[in-house]
Amino acid sequence: MKRLIPVFITAIVGSVLVLSVFFPKAETMGEDFSLFFDIIAVFAFFLGGGNLVRVHFSKVYRKRPDWGFSIVTLLAFAVTLVCGLFKIGNEAVTISSSVTAEGTYLQTIFLNVIAPLSSTMYALLAFFVASASYRAFRAKNREATILLIAAFIILLGRTPLGMYLTGWIPESFSIFQIPNLAVWIMNGPNLAGQRAILIGVGLGVVAMSLRLILGMDRTYLGSDNE
Amino acid sequence: MKKRIIAIACAILCFFTVPIMGQDAEQVTETLSAPLPAPITELTAGNYVYDDGGRIDLSWAKSADDPANITGYVLYRARKGAAFEKIADLLPGTEKYRDESVEDDIAYRYRVGTVNEAGETLSEETPAVIATWEFFNFHKLNILILALIVCGSVLFFIASAKSGRKLFIRKIGGLEALEEAVGRATEMGRPILFIPGILDMDDVQTLAAITILGKVSRVVADYDSKIMMPVSRSLVMTSARETIKESYLTAGRPDAYNDDMVQYVTDEQFGYVAAINGIMVREKPATCLYLGAFFAESLILAETGNSIGAIQIAGTARPGQLPFFVAACDYTLIGEELFAASAYLSGDPKQLGSLKGQDVGKIIAMAGILLGTLAMTFSVAWDVSFFNLLLDILNSIFITN
Repeated sequence: MKRLIPVFITAIVGSVLVLSVFFPKAETMGEDFSLFFDIIAVFAFFLGGGNLVRVHFSKVYRKRPDWGFSIVTLLAFAVTLVCGLFKIGNEAVTISSSVTAEGTYLQTIFLNVIAPLSSTMYALLAFFVASASYRAFRAKNREATILLIAAFIILLGRTPLGMYLTGWIPESFSIFQIPNLAVWIMNGPNLAGQRAILIGVGLGVVAMSLRLILGMDRTYLGSDNE
Repeated sequence: MKKRIIAIACAILCFFTVPIMGQDAEQVTETLSAPLPAPITELTAGNYVYDDGGRIDLSWAKSADDPANITGYVLYRARKGAAFEKIADLLPGTEKYRDESVEDDIAYRYRVGTVNEAGETLSEETPAVIATWEFFNFHKLNILILALIVCGSVLFFIASAKSGRKLFIRKIGGLEALEEAVGRATEMGRPILFIPGILDMDDVQTLAAITILGKVSRVVADYDSKIMMPVSRSLVMTSARETIKESYLTAGRPDAYNDDMVQYVTDEQFGYVAAINGIMVREKPATCLYLGAFFAESLILAETGNSIGAIQIAGTARPGQLPFFVAACDYTLIGEELFAASAYLSGDPKQLGSLKGQDVGKIIAMAGILLGTLAMTFSVAWDVSFFNLLLDILNSIFITN
């Protein structure tokens, strides 16, 4: 029974969502199911927040390794929660007033703490791209050599140097100018490869959805067993 | 003396104000004498087809004075036997409008007023039009037929596998390596890190990740290894806990299960990445699995995992992130392989049959691409009517309206 009800709900919701694509009267039902999900997700957020507090509180209480970080986490969580919940800094504190209005503490926290920290993490990507490129572009076999040449052309094609080096090539052979070659690689082989992956993904989603709707695959419920 | 000063002041005032007043008067005359705008033409109204009712589409040809000498359009609507009432103000340049405030099976007439400073010119009114709903969206008939063919082939191969027919499924390196990766972590006495992406349970990639988690946690339970799973969505946390708990139960080791194996971190994308990087650097997991929906964080995670010497298996359906995983991970499940994982790992012939059914879809796609490329090439080169016809047929099969 514990398995049967979720499988039944999956089958009904999955079928209605598929039908809503083809039958206009079922469209609103599909939208309703999506709304149900949002409502459940909001309630589940309490579980997430609760788990965060419990795990880090326990870490501090038992003085486990690195418990100092947990104090920072708990403090940041509490301050942000209070500022957002009580809309501190917003003069019109009503149920409909904006949490992120100009001058609210939450907005200040977002602009001065969360945004710069997120940008810092994102900026790390530049260094990681360099180290990953070094490994990927080492010409250790035929495929890697092709990848290296393609990457080199695209990098040059996206800078003025590409035109500087090959601008002398006559117009009738302009495809061999590096910027044009870069555009061809991106719009030809690269796009074809991406589309092939996307077609595979689409078909994979169809097959997986069928397995879930028919109740053949129940791993997401914890076990295949009835 | 006082009277004289007042008289001079009045004279000065009149000197300055009269020309201004005269100017105003001229402007008003000009405004009054400005011509009315030309009306819009070819106004048509029709039921919006293949919907659930309540929509009427209007279109018209712009006024000849649009945009130089008009300020906008006003749309009027009248029920049968009632007077026209304004329902919308529209900007210059507008040529169509969808009225979504109508009731089904009631006749409406429409007219459009073209407005400028001089006034408004009304168009002819449309014949009465009724909004209706349709049972089936015929614009998507081709998609339904293709979906039925693919689903039918999946079901056929499932039935065929059930009857005992042997099906060949190619080996997927990343999935073959899963057990080896868990075994390595067990030997090294280090944990396994499982990252299910940053989207919620309504994303099919996360669902695929959770199905793989079921298999991985079963092996982890069998080997008495340790799994860590920081998540960015609360619903994923509850689902993952349930999945891991069931796996431990199935392995006969419910006592080894602990809720803290799955921890909620934050919904914030880079906050989540920072937390995982911290866990990687501190705990040094021997195996990192990145399966699900990833965005800019893919390379940050995979490179950090690489720097600690972990064996890494990744899988996502996002083509933009695949190159990063391929560059930084030992194995990558590309696109459909992620969705095939649960069937592949289960070894259940019925589920494997569903993978075989996908191949029919691929054959259709390949045939369509090949025919389309040839037809387009010959059509452009020689303008042969047969190839133009073939292109039209392919468009009607593969393109939705």
